[in-house]
Amino acid sequence: VDLRYTAAEQAFRDALRAWLGQTLPTLPTAPPAEDWPERRRFDSRWQRLLFEAGYAGVDWPVEGGGRGSSPVEQLIFKEECERAGAPYVGVNFVGLLHAGPTIIAEGGPEQRERYLPPILSGDEVWCQGFSEPDAGSDLASLRTRAVRDGDEYVVTGQKIWTSHAEVADHCELLVRTGEDGHRGITWLIMPMNARGIEIRPLRTIAGSTEFAELFLNDVRIPVANRVGEENDGWRVTMVTLSFERGTAFVGELLESMRLLRALVSLAERLGVSDDTGLRRRIGHLTAAFDALWALTKRNVSEAAQTGIPGVGGSVFKLSFSEHAQALGDLAVEVLDRAALSGDPLHGADGAPLGNDEQLHAWFKSISLTIAAGTSQVQRNIVAERVLGLPRVR
Amino acid sequence: MDFRISQEQAELAEGIRAMLAGRLPLERIRANEGAKESIAPDDWSALAETGVFTLTLPEPDGVGLGLADAVVVFEELGRALVPGPLVGTFLAASTGLVDGAAEGTAEVGVHQAGSGPVLVEHLSSLAAVLVVSGFERGSTVRLLSPAPPANDAQRVAAPLCPLTPMWHLPALPAGDPVADVGAQIIRDGTLLTAALQVGHAAETLDLAVAYAKERQQFGKPIGAFQAVQHICADMLVRAEVARCAVHAAACLVDDEEVADAEAATAAMTTERVVQRAVMGAKLLADEAAVRNARAAIQVHGGMGFTWEVPLHLHLKRAHVLSTSFGTPAQLSAALAALA
Repeated sequence: VDLRYTAAEQAFRDALRAWLGQTLPTLPTAPPAEDWPERRRFDSRWQRLLFEAGYAGVDWPVEGGGRGSSPVEQLIFKEECERAGAPYVGVNFVGLLHAGPTIIAEGGPEQRERYLPPILSGDEVWCQGFSEPDAGSDLASLRTRAVRDGDEYVVTGQKIWTSHAEVADHCELLVRTGEDGHRGITWLIMPMNARGIEIRPLRTIAGSTEFAELFLNDVRIPVANRVGEENDGWRVTMVTLSFERGTAFVGELLESMRLLRALVSLAERLGVSDDTGLRRRIGHLTAAFDALWALTKRNVSEAAQTGIPGVGGSVFKLSFSEHAQALGDLAVEVLDRAALSGDPLHGADGAPLGNDEQLHAWFKSISLTIAAGTSQVQRNIVAERVLGLPRVR
Repeated sequence: MDFRISQEQAELAEGIRAMLAGRLPLERIRANEGAKESIAPDDWSALAETGVFTLTLPEPDGVGLGLADAVVVFEELGRALVPGPLVGTFLAASTGLVDGAAEGTAEVGVHQAGSGPVLVEHLSSLAAVLVVSGFERGSTVRLLSPAPPANDAQRVAAPLCPLTPMWHLPALPAGDPVADVGAQIIRDGTLLTAALQVGHAAETLDLAVAYAKERQQFGKPIGAFQAVQHICADMLVRAEVARCAVHAAACLVDDEEVADAEAATAAMTTERVVQRAVMGAKLLADEAAVRNARAAIQVHGGMGFTWEVPLHLHLKRAHVLSTSFGTPAQLSAALAALA
C-alpha cells in the first residue's frame, strides 16, 4: 500500500491547480438553478475552457480525442476541481460520462467523427433515455419499441429520468427491437429536434427540474444512428460501464466532507456543539468519510492496474450513500427550525446559516440510495459477484 | 500512488496464515479456553521467531518493515483468534522498553486506565504492563516492570472472553513514565488493535458466507435468500471500509511526506491528520468487528448461539479489544474535535 504520488502525478496536480487558480476567477456567477438555457450556456462555456486548456475528457482515451489520463490522474483532476470550487460537469454529464465513452468503444468511424468533438468542446449536449416507468432496476425489461421502416427506425414509447432533456441536442436511447430481455435491445442516437418527442419536466422532492419524462410517438431515427448491431444494445451499454475508474462519487464525497465541516462550525455558532450524542455522530461521519476517501484510492489503484475498479464501486456506493444520508439527517437536526426554510437565513451573528445548501444536500442524499443502482440491487451485486452467494431472480 | 495491497504484503499475510494454521490451529487455541494461560510459552516463542513482535524493528534485530505491513500481519492474528498480549508485546519490543519482548521470553500487557474496576488481562503471564492514560493527544504511558504479582490479585472466574484471562486488582502501582515513546505507543497500539479487529470482521464474514452457502432450508441454501445475502453484503462493506481506513492510517504513520501532503490539503497539522486517521480507523474497525460477529451469529441461526461454534469467541474478543485505546463511544466523541 503506497499513498505517495509519483513526480508525474504531482506535476499534473500542480499544473491543474495553477490553471484553476487563474481560470476560476474569470468565470461569471452561476445562473439560477432552474434556468436551464442559461445553465447550458454556463456549463458549455466551462467545458470550452477545459477543452482549450487540454483538460476536456481527461478520462477519455487519446484515440477518442481525450487526454487519456491514468486513473490516478483522473482522481487528482476531480479532487482539485472540487477543492477549488470549479463548476460541476452539469448538462455535459451524459455526453462526457456516458454517451461519449459508448461511441468511442462501439461507434463507427463516422459516428465518432460526428459526435465526439462537440461533446469535448461543450458545443453539444446529450441526455439519457434508458429508464422507463416500468423498467427501473430491471432496465432490460424496457418496452419502448423501434420498428424498422427502410432506412429508419420508428420509435414509440416512454422514458423517464431523462436529465437535461430540454436543453439536449441528442439522446442516447435504448429501444426494443427484438425479443424480450437483454437480447432484444438496441442503442440509438436520437436527435432531440426530431418530430414526435414530447418533453414533460419531472419535479423532484427537492423541487428541482433537471429530469424529464420523454413521450415518443412515431419518432423517426435513421438506421445510421444505431451504435453497435441491432439487438446488441445491452452489451453496448455494459461496455460503457467498464469505463468507470472508481472516481464516480469523488465530487460528492469531498462535498460531503465540506458540508460536515460547515455543520460543525454551525453547531458551535448555535451553541449546541457540546451535546455528546451530536459529537459522536459528527466523529463517526468524520471517520467514515476519511475511510471512504481511502477506499476511493484503493478502487482507483485497482482500476489503474487491472483496468476495472472491480466491485469496490458497489462497496463504496453502499457505504457512502448511507453516510451522506446520515449527514443530511444530522444537518436537519442541528438546523432545527432553520431547516424549515429553503431560503438562505442568517444567524444572530449576522452570518449565513448555510441552511439552504444543507437542505439541498439532504434532499440530494435521499436519491443516493436509489439512483445508479439502488442499495438493494448493489447488495445483490456484492452478494453474488464478491461473496459468490447463489444468484436469485 | 498504488494503494492496493502489494504483492509482498499479500505474501506476508499468506505466510503468517500458513504458519498459524500449522502451529496454532483453532483446536489448539480453544484447548486453553478458561485456562489461566491462554497461550503456551513455546507457542508464544514461535510467534516471536516468526517476527510478529519485531516487524517494524530495523534489521538485523527485526524484520525492517513498516506499520502498513504490521497491520496486515495483525489482521491475520485477529482472524485466527490468536490469544495473548499481542499488541503490548509488539509495542514493548518495537520501542525496546522491555528486555525479552522481541524474543518472546517476556509478555507485555496493555492496560487502559479508566474510572471503572481495574481489570488486567493475562496478568499471570506478564513481565510488564504498559499503562495508558487515554488515547487522545496528551495522554501518557507508564511502564510497570515487573508487572504486579498475580498472586496479589483476584483472578476473574468468568471473564467475558474465555481466551482472555483477567485479574481484578484493587489498584495499580504508579510505574515509570515513558515520555519519549508514549505518543508512538498510543498511536501504534491503537492502529494494531484496529488491525486485529479488521481480522475479526473479515473472519466472521467468511464464516457467515460459508455457512450461508452450505446450510439448506426451504429446499435451498439460505444464502439464496436476499434477506441473508444483504446481511452478508453489509458485513463485507463494513470490513472493507474499516480495512481501508487502517491501511491509510498506517501509510500516514510510515511516510511523513504523505502525512505532510495530506495535512497541507486539509489545512491541519500533520499530527492532527495522523491522529484523526488512527482514531477513525479504530472506531470503524471496532464497529465492524462487533457488528460482523453479531451478524454472523444471526446468519448461523441457533447454531450461532452455541458455545461450539466459534463466533462467540470473535464477538467476545472484539468486545475486549474495543475497550482498549478508546471505546467507540469515546473515539467518536473525540473525533468530533478533529472534524
